[in-house]
Amino acid sequence: MRRGAGGLGRAYMTGPRILACGDAAISVDFGNVIDLAVNARVMALDRALAAEPVPGVVETVPTYSALLVHFDPLTTDYAALCARVLALARGDRAQLAPARRWKVPVAYGGDLGADLDDLAAYAGMTPAACVEAHIAPVYTVMMIGFMPGFSYLGGLDPGLARPRRATPRPRVPASSVSIGGAQTAVGSVEGPSGWHLVGRTPALVFDRTREPAFLFEAGDEIVFSPISTGEWHRLSVLAGDGAMIVERIA
Amino acid sequence: MSRLVVERCAPGVSVQDGGRTGWRRYGVSTAGAMDRLALAVANVLVGNGPDCAAVEVTLAGARFRVAEGPVLVAVGGPGAVLSVDGLKIPQGASARADTGQMVEISAILGGVYGYLAVAGGIALPPEMGSRSAHLRSGIGGGLLTPGDNLPVGRGALTPRAMDQIPAHTSGAIRCIPGPQEDWFAADALDLLVAADWQIDMRSDRMGRFLVGPRLAPDERSMVSDGVLPGSIQVPPAGQPIILMRDCQTTGGYPKLATVISADLDRLAQLPAGANFRLALVERADAVAAAQRLAHTIAGLVAHPSGRIDSRRLLSANLIDGMVDATADPFSV
Repeated sequence: MRRGAGGLGRAYMTGPRILACGDAAISVDFGNVIDLAVNARVMALDRALAAEPVPGVVETVPTYSALLVHFDPLTTDYAALCARVLALARGDRAQLAPARRWKVPVAYGGDLGADLDDLAAYAGMTPAACVEAHIAPVYTVMMIGFMPGFSYLGGLDPGLARPRRATPRPRVPASSVSIGGAQTAVGSVEGPSGWHLVGRTPALVFDRTREPAFLFEAGDEIVFSPISTGEWHRLSVLAGDGAMIVERIA
Repeated sequence: MSRLVVERCAPGVSVQDGGRTGWRRYGVSTAGAMDRLALAVANVLVGNGPDCAAVEVTLAGARFRVAEGPVLVAVGGPGAVLSVDGLKIPQGASARADTGQMVEISAILGGVYGYLAVAGGIALPPEMGSRSAHLRSGIGGGLLTPGDNLPVGRGALTPRAMDQIPAHTSGAIRCIPGPQEDWFAADALDLLVAADWQIDMRSDRMGRFLVGPRLAPDERSMVSDGVLPGSIQVPPAGQPIILMRDCQTTGGYPKLATVISADLDRLAQLPAGANFRLALVERADAVAAAQRLAHTIAGLVAHPSGRIDSRRLLSANLIDGMVDATADPFSV
């Protein structure tokens, strides 16, 4: 039997499935899809659980189409947790707070976006048209993972999609804006990556010395605003001094 | 403030405590001691709480100079050998070391990870609620290298001893099916528990790479979801990786089963090349095992050494229940 394919339709109709992840976590699975409506259900459940905490729950991790709930097996009533989660997942989502929206400056191409020209050639458009297509959408932070603060964004123009590089780069600079498959992302700290680098933001998505340390939450919205390389250097200095650089516009 | 300086250390030595919680939604791993029970034993021997920050030492050992003393030190971990200026300290006991003396963990004979605990704990500034170093991101620090300073907190310097050092359980490493068992062929779980698995050389704080039969998942592309220490993820090539304390918070490979929380310490102590088996258990069994481990840690007591005579200390060492992790894992 293949439950994994799930089926978006069934998850919508019957609510999520609870999958065991050992004795200290459950995955509340809404179906194996990258879909904004499904992701919104994950976020809604996450907020509902935060508003009505279940004793024993340690922390939650929202991802594209599932919510991982970590709990202490010694103090959690497992049956009650599962029942509460399923009830909350069916609940009214009308009172959800609107998403926060951030304007994020990005310098595209050149040394700061080494793969922009390649990506443009692959997509059959000019680099400038690529940038236009990349700044057009309002993106949603669908998930944070992989590295601290690494934000996976939903909403990429399908014309910009490109499979990941066959050989990942061992080190990609912090704050890279990149495209991998049908997804785009804002990176945080330096790390390995097979994604195509289109630009870089001067903002530090994760800065352990700043309050807040993380700029984005899963569920936030992001619009990119193009800046020059010179402006990138100027703003990078300010970011290094603790400035947020990103601007909240909603 | 008391202080140790790293004189010599093999790769893989770092400061670890009970781990970092509450930040996984931002992609921050928990990190924390690979063997929480061994960490607790070492800490209790120097009068600390069980999750206090200590130095996690790998197979080849490490040596520290007491730059400002005195300090009270003890070791935890299967077959970990501790000495002060070359004088061996019995397992299950702590000892004072004065300024200028050398404290060394020379080997971990029965496993992979040992812990050097110091009364008052390693007092590096905590980051995001923990002193655990996450090696990939650098949160909480990185690997220790010779010359590094380790400030030590304030603690009583009364040497202590433990009547009996608790042992890890033996037998197969236990796991619970899921979350993605339905991404695999119907016989994959049977294969998982029937196979003789071997720990691959590449294993580290992020994961234990397994060598054994191929467990290839369905070829459909899985959308990334949350993972945790214990997740048995299977990349397309079919060789499983059991995620460990430094694992990322999310991953894109299907997970056939999840090792129960109580068996992660024991799994961490299996060295490269060791053979072992996996067994499926019910949730109730896993919770009972977690309760037993918590009870063991809560029940750890180390008496001031003056209160027990040398005969008792000797017998405590003789009945030291530490299991050699390289021994036959199928024995019960």
